[in-house]
Amino acid sequence: MILRRLAWCWLLPVAAVLWEVATRQAQAVYFPPPSAVVARLHEMWFSGPPWRGFLTDEAFADLLPSLGRLAAGWAVAAAVGVVAGLAIGRLPWLSALVEPLLHFGRSVPPPTLLGVFLVFFKIGTPLQLAAIVYGVIWPVLINSTDGARHVDRQYIETGQVYRLGRRDRLLRVILPAAAPKIFAGLRLSVSLALIMMVISELVASTEGIGHRMLEAQSEFDIPAMWAGIVLLGLLGILLNAAFIGVERALLGWHRASRTSSR
Amino acid sequence: MRVLLGVAGVLGFLALAETAGRVGLIDPAAVPLASTVLASALALATDADFLAGVGATLLPCVTGLAIAVGVAVPLGLLLGSVPPVERSVRPLVEFLRPIPSVSLIPLAMFLFTDSQDAKTALIVYTCSWPILINTLYGLADVDPLAKQTLRAFGFGPLSVALRVSLPSAAPFIATGIRIAVSVTLIVAVSVELVAGGEGGIGQFQSVAATGNRVDRVLAASIWAGLIGLGANLLLLALERRVFRWRQEVAA
Repeated sequence: MILRRLAWCWLLPVAAVLWEVATRQAQAVYFPPPSAVVARLHEMWFSGPPWRGFLTDEAFADLLPSLGRLAAGWAVAAAVGVVAGLAIGRLPWLSALVEPLLHFGRSVPPPTLLGVFLVFFKIGTPLQLAAIVYGVIWPVLINSTDGARHVDRQYIETGQVYRLGRRDRLLRVILPAAAPKIFAGLRLSVSLALIMMVISELVASTEGIGHRMLEAQSEFDIPAMWAGIVLLGLLGILLNAAFIGVERALLGWHRASRTSSR
Repeated sequence: MRVLLGVAGVLGFLALAETAGRVGLIDPAAVPLASTVLASALALATDADFLAGVGATLLPCVTGLAIAVGVAVPLGLLLGSVPPVERSVRPLVEFLRPIPSVSLIPLAMFLFTDSQDAKTALIVYTCSWPILINTLYGLADVDPLAKQTLRAFGFGPLSVALRVSLPSAAPFIATGIRIAVSVTLIVAVSVELVAGGEGGIGQFQSVAATGNRVDRVLAASIWAGLIGLGANLLLLALERRVFRWRQEVAA
């Protein structure tokens, strides 16, 4: 089964080899062969001593701040988004009150606010956090609202029959019922967080992966620039895979109940 | 009633922001008053510099999106119609898609001396993925009976693709395009902020920020938000109009 699935990935190594051969043949300055990119990637960030997990000093200086901000910004946006979304979804008057504001807020392209944040925070971590939180909160908020609004009436009424209090009703009925939607929003926001992390570091930062890439670009260190692209791609895949793993573990009950009732 | 509450929400927010500034809760020197920002936003509507910037931002958005549709839809149609090809290409797609498009900005700055071209290229790259994925998704949802019926009447694979698969997947493709549109502005403004260069909303904002005109920066964000909102509503209305047949079939 796993072997079969792996066999369908045959195009990946073929594409890598073709890319290697083509770039070696063409000798294009801006397209170094993947072997050179991987070598630079390894040398830059992953050739450290084993007792530090093979991470180099540069990795500590570049990757950790980036990842820390990514995690912190995402966590704040997720917490605020879920709580606010549940409230808006369950309170019709609140939803009517804030809906136009929300639609407008999510339409504002987050990079256009970088200029504003730059004036408020100066360059540094708070600016990046603000950019990540603003960019990431919308899918969480909108999906949580949607999930909380469309809870099956039967669930709510069953809860009433059992005389659940407000707290129990929220935590045991509404939140689980809205969970699949919430997770869909959270998953979207993970990849958005990565995008916002990079933009904020490209525009206004003195450290981090994005800043390192800009430095590589100005120093004409093309393999290092590509190493950044590859690393961010890998991060995207890893974060997505990790998220799917968590989602499966937490929402297993949901999928089980759906498949058994079918 | 809903509309009234919505209006009240917007006005309430503005009033709150204005009072916070006037009372001194927020320093008006750092964060301009809501009324100042709104006045600047109104002034921008007739500001030649700003309008030129909007044009310089929107043009690559539109061309990039058009190219992405032209590339991704036929590609999706091809992949979706030939299952072994799709299964082979899928891992490659899943591998390339997570690369954040903005991480390609430094590369694009090398490849394109003209920042308009860099914007267009990055927008094509970014928009192609949601359109491609949604096309594939829509093709997987085509009624097999309809395809077999056409085949039974002796239509070739190309006619089946164009007469059944494409119309049936069209609503999904439209959703993909709507997702793509919301990203175009993000990419375009990011390039303008990082690369600077020839105009655009991002460039206008950089200039305003260096002049410490936060009101103008915010006003530009407001217009960008209105443009994004307008584009989204327009596409939704178009979708409803064009795909009315689909809702009728479903009902």
